[in-house]
Amino acid sequence: MIKTVTSVGLPVDETLTIKKRRIMPKEHKEGMKRISIVTGIHGDELEGQYVCFELARRIEESIEHLKGIVDIYPAMNPLGIDSITRGIPAFDLDLNRLFPGNMEGDMTEFLAAGMVKDVSGSDLVIDIHASNIYLTEIPQIRINELHDEELVPFAKEANVDFVWVHGASTVLESTFAYSLNSTGTPCLVVEMGVGMRITKEYGDQLTDGIMNLMGKLGIWDGETKESRKPIISRNPDDVSYLNASTSGVFVQKVKHWEELKEGDIIGSIVDPLSGKVLDEVKSPVDGILFTIREYPIVDEGSLMGRLLRKEAYKA
Amino acid sequence: MKKKIIYELKGLYRDDFRVTGYEFGSGEKSVCIVGTMRGNEVQQLYCCSQLVKKFKQLEEEGRIAEGHKILIIPSCNPYSMNIQKRFWPIDNTDINRMFPGYNLGETTQRIADGVFKEIMDYQYGIQFTSFYMPGEFIPHIRMMDWGYSTVENAMKFEMPYVVIRKVRPYDTATLNFNWQVWDTQAFSLYTTKTTTIDPKSAGQSVLCVMKFLSSLGIVKYQSGSRIKQSEVVVDTDMVSVQTAKSGIFESLVKVGEYVEEGTPLANIIHPYEGTIMETLYAPVDGRVFFMHTDPLTYANTAVFKLIANA
Repeated sequence: MIKTVTSVGLPVDETLTIKKRRIMPKEHKEGMKRISIVTGIHGDELEGQYVCFELARRIEESIEHLKGIVDIYPAMNPLGIDSITRGIPAFDLDLNRLFPGNMEGDMTEFLAAGMVKDVSGSDLVIDIHASNIYLTEIPQIRINELHDEELVPFAKEANVDFVWVHGASTVLESTFAYSLNSTGTPCLVVEMGVGMRITKEYGDQLTDGIMNLMGKLGIWDGETKESRKPIISRNPDDVSYLNASTSGVFVQKVKHWEELKEGDIIGSIVDPLSGKVLDEVKSPVDGILFTIREYPIVDEGSLMGRLLRKEAYKA
Repeated sequence: MKKKIIYELKGLYRDDFRVTGYEFGSGEKSVCIVGTMRGNEVQQLYCCSQLVKKFKQLEEEGRIAEGHKILIIPSCNPYSMNIQKRFWPIDNTDINRMFPGYNLGETTQRIADGVFKEIMDYQYGIQFTSFYMPGEFIPHIRMMDWGYSTVENAMKFEMPYVVIRKVRPYDTATLNFNWQVWDTQAFSLYTTKTTTIDPKSAGQSVLCVMKFLSSLGIVKYQSGSRIKQSEVVVDTDMVSVQTAKSGIFESLVKVGEYVEEGTPLANIIHPYEGTIMETLYAPVDGRVFFMHTDPLTYANTAVFKLIANA
């Protein structure tokens, strides 16, 4: 069943509609649990598209096992998805800095408020992001430390490799996840893969995790795969950042999720005009690379990767 | 006048990225004026260029008081201006959402850090800035309801209005907010336009900066004997007029105009058939403070903000 979450008319012969698909058991029972799968808040992040499709396919294949409600919101920012734009086109605004929105506010705030209203009350929300077009991320869940206690038990069942409990920041109070978590609807933020692409392997991994969570919530009584045990990091010192020392072209030499020793070469920053190697990028610590630069052009300071220190996962 | 490079990044195929400042006078760090952070803020650049010209003249004529240093940075983002893009060329981030910056962080965090280190110790900070929506304003000083800046000092610009803004979460990463955290009295100055040059409101802003500095005894500047009182308005007290329909926006009034309740403010016209789908009326007696200026508008958009009669 396709439903309209919220909509608004555009200036020239078009209506912007945010849609969701609701999948329910044939027999409706009172008090059924609800899981909501949300993606496309950033229009250039497409990894969640495959997850929405694959999840629905698996559910329909064995619909008799469905015991609750699954709401799928594949495109919270349809104009962005259609125009390869991260934010909301025309406004140049990041939708994920507008929540909880305002029903009486401008168009963008009105849409944001409509989304929160529709998703609120779910027993669990999964908000799927895909890093951005510059970085590839290993499947991971990011949790604001304020919501550690409620969310980490869910995150452990989501079949991701890494759970990053990070510090609170005032700026992040305008995100979709914060708006939900601070009003009693648990929301997990997944980051995986890279912008503008679909990594099927990661999509399948997360779909297994969502099925597992549905099982734990009593929404699914069919077979599920046991979740892999994620590395959980709560210490800000666990994560080491690699920023470009100079502008140039980054050429990667190691693989994603590879264990490195301090001093191992991760890649080079080169200058194709002069033919010179401007910098050898070395691992600053012993650890595992959970973020790696995908887009080769770097300015001084551009993020090229993140490492999780060995102490965080070998303890 | 001393021209100096405030911050520099090496370009790969482009010229190096430079943030250039102009220093006048010497002594304690009294006033810092910052222009564009975004690539479309042409009016803000123009205003700063006029201030550089004016301060050069004042310095040559010995009209900057002893012991005061003034720094003007016309643009913190020439890279974006030169390609007519609002935000940072590669990653589309906004420098004015990166303060106080981080010297080991990402590119725009480093730019914010490099600039902020140079300007954080000034006693007063003035930023020429713009609104996220396309539109025109009555020139005004905007300050946050939190922090170190005082309304009393904001009034010294003698601009028509001082607007007090309620702090939102994203404001905490702006220059204005962080200036105040580090004990600088910070004021944002809005002129009428952003993407086009309006010499009249630019001239007014130059005059208002002169009045402000003159009242603080930093420059000697005669601007008439009568002090103009700014009206102080809280942003949440303004009356928004929203569209119910999307379509072609046809304004019937001008920014700054006084309107009576019931005055037609704008028509929203059907984009194909030319019919009027909606007429917006003034809900109160008051002055048009902000007006949307794009030829097209969306539904649910606040296209006017009015300051109602007290």
